[in-house]
Amino acid sequence: MKLLQNLFDSIKPHVEKGAKYEKLHTLYEGHRTIFFKPSLTTGLTGVQVKDAADLKRVMFTVIVALIPCLLFGMWNVGHQHFLATGVADATFISKFLLGAGQVLPILIVSYGVGLGVEFTFCVIRNHPIEEGFLVTGILIPLVMPATIPLWQVAMATVFGVIIAKEVFGGTGMNILNVALTSRAFLYFAYPSQISGDMVWTYLGDQVPVDGFSGATLLSYGSAAAANGTEMMAGLGGHWYAGMFDFWNLFLGIIPGSIGETSVLMCLIGAAILVFTGVGSWKIILSVFGGAWVMGMIFNLTGANSFMLMPAHYHLVVGGLAFGAVFMATDPVSAAQTETGKWIYGFMIGMLAVIIRISNPAYPEGIMLAILFMNVFAPLIDYYVVEAHKKRRLKRATI
Amino acid sequence: MPQTFYLKKGFNIPLVGRALLEEHEISQPNSFAVKPSDFKGLVQPKLLVSVGENVKAGDPLFFDKVREEVLFVAPVSGEISEIIRGERRKIIEIRILADKEIEYKTFKKYTKTEINNLTRAEAIAALTVGGIWPSFIQRPFGVLANPSDEPSAIYISAFDSNPCAPDMAYLLRGKEGVFQLGIAILSKLAKGNIHVNLDASEIPSVFSGLEQVNINKFSGPHPAGNVGVQIHHIKPIGKNDKVWTIDPLSVARTGTLFMEGIYDASKLIAITGSEIIHPHYVKTYSGACLDKLVVENFKKTNARFISGNVLSGEHVGVRGYLGHFHNQISVIPEGDEEEFLGWMLPSFEKLSFHKAFGLFSFLIPKKEKVLDTNTNGEQRNFTISGAFEKILPMDILPTYLFKSIISNDYDEMEALGIYEVIEEDVALCEYIDVSKNDIQAIVREGIELIRNS
Repeated sequence: MKLLQNLFDSIKPHVEKGAKYEKLHTLYEGHRTIFFKPSLTTGLTGVQVKDAADLKRVMFTVIVALIPCLLFGMWNVGHQHFLATGVADATFISKFLLGAGQVLPILIVSYGVGLGVEFTFCVIRNHPIEEGFLVTGILIPLVMPATIPLWQVAMATVFGVIIAKEVFGGTGMNILNVALTSRAFLYFAYPSQISGDMVWTYLGDQVPVDGFSGATLLSYGSAAAANGTEMMAGLGGHWYAGMFDFWNLFLGIIPGSIGETSVLMCLIGAAILVFTGVGSWKIILSVFGGAWVMGMIFNLTGANSFMLMPAHYHLVVGGLAFGAVFMATDPVSAAQTETGKWIYGFMIGMLAVIIRISNPAYPEGIMLAILFMNVFAPLIDYYVVEAHKKRRLKRATI
Repeated sequence: MPQTFYLKKGFNIPLVGRALLEEHEISQPNSFAVKPSDFKGLVQPKLLVSVGENVKAGDPLFFDKVREEVLFVAPVSGEISEIIRGERRKIIEIRILADKEIEYKTFKKYTKTEINNLTRAEAIAALTVGGIWPSFIQRPFGVLANPSDEPSAIYISAFDSNPCAPDMAYLLRGKEGVFQLGIAILSKLAKGNIHVNLDASEIPSVFSGLEQVNINKFSGPHPAGNVGVQIHHIKPIGKNDKVWTIDPLSVARTGTLFMEGIYDASKLIAITGSEIIHPHYVKTYSGACLDKLVVENFKKTNARFISGNVLSGEHVGVRGYLGHFHNQISVIPEGDEEEFLGWMLPSFEKLSFHKAFGLFSFLIPKKEKVLDTNTNGEQRNFTISGAFEKILPMDILPTYLFKSIISNDYDEMEALGIYEVIEEDVALCEYIDVSKNDIQAIVREGIELIRNS
């Protein structure tokens, strides 16, 4: 370790104030603090000792929570590929390797481009490298289909980091969730690569088997609503029997964005986030609750067969679980008051289902629901804080 | 019937080096100092002494320009050896080279009947001349109390819940009589009650037979012993309220002043922390220089010497002086070294309120730990939410309060509770903050903004 310390020490004089490369000081510090917890100590007054947790560790905890989704996603990309191309005897390893071969480049582009933007801003604006992108960099690939062109990943990352974060002043100051902003950018700028039936299954140069359909459950739903057909009956006719059974949906062995399909993996991540206190269980629970309640309301009104889809299906299809666990809980863009978190989560769940069912142009609503509520989170907090102030005032005048 | 308050929120920091309940003889330090910076709200100290002059214990050293009647007195007798000044000639320390035998200035002694018949004005006059007054602190703002105010109540926290805090009953050993006498004098000052707030788990005998007081019991983790938290639960204060607080030792000193006619600055202090060989109590006087108190008893490591506790104390260095309100010295390792992957590696030893990845200290919450002064990370924007709310046992939204201070929003500060907190009340927030902000400094800045508005 001494060697590495010496290496950093030898670079230090070149980036210090007044030296030739002083502008690169924040980059130097940023890299040094990845290898070494800095030697900073507490001040003359104020606390003399500080908690062992810092933002790096908190962010790292989120990455750990995302690993099950990432690994499952890699396997599932391979699995769906071999299903669609009719290779029945593909091994676990070959599925995983094929998926990894498809997912890793996306991950590398996301991190590479994102950190590049981050470093550029650190140098220009002379602020320290912030840890927020460590999480954003893994979230972006997980909400992309495996077939996404890499240049689009790069574009989306640049857009997200600059427009959603840096213009507001960096991590902690952003209003919108950065990863979802990236995805929304692609969704509106290049819809053909991130929507429709054909993007969710990676085929490569192979030809799919006869009768193959890449449709997701939600696209069945919106088609049924548009044509007035029976949705659940239509599902039965899917080319691969049993794909849309509830428990298969729960496990996530379906086509979809890389990391979002498996509710089980999301729940493992949720357990890590909730146990470590990094993610708010109130938000996670209330997103699921809101989606289920809205599903029930649609069940009761039931104007078409999509509305009649059993409410609990809403919880296991699309990106709802992933959004609830990893996107809605982003502490910066979510509501910050405890009461506000309930309202914020519940509204996300309800909105996601409303968008799913009522808007045929957007088969999946969770992304837009979260972004929408990101914007409203400060308003929710505002009213919660106002109520708190009123209560305090009353208490003081007794 | 005493009321018991059960506080759930908070966090006890299990620090290695709690002092054993035994007093050790030491040779007294030669040097003592009075630091105007110990007294928040002191506007402009005007010196009454100059270097080379001899003073007795209880002789005035300086007064505040805006409140001339309140005198700040010498804790020991001796020669004024140095007056340390900072920028713009601001007085930092008035140092006294102490006599071997302390000579006391004599004040008027009072008999029991005289004390019973004492008027408020007489009591205040005796306290301001006798050097006790600077120990009265006004809430809101945690500043020197103004003798011309009449507070609605006086609060005394009779236990300290800070890390390795001294045992208050042990500090007051043998002072039961003067403590009760002090209470009797305090009761002349306030319109309302004198509240003595005790640790619900054990009531030490020194506080058991008190008269003329309202007893409240508090149960729960730190900061249950903070008087600000206690006031918040007993009777919250608002913009137009004024209450006073005073520490138990100063109550006993009040009693001594009236009974014996001297300003007795002697006190027991706890020598604590992981770098101390034998954590125990020693007897000295307010403003003592740290070196003699710890030099024989210290592990000779790269350590930091703190006057007070590790949450709200002051890093004074081994040649620094004990703060007026401090009954404790904490000596802990300096953390000025890098640690390879220290932000990521799992550990059972690193203490954390959070349960973030790899921090397993929550599995052994009672195990005492060695904490150093490393910040464990760099300063960042406020990022995570909900943590401060989990640790502050007050009906306050801490994050919003801090943000309103940062943005200088006076109305928000008022509405969100700036009147109810001082630095020590938010010290735990500063400790647990993963974004490593100086929250105590932020809160003091907010208090000063409101005071001066």
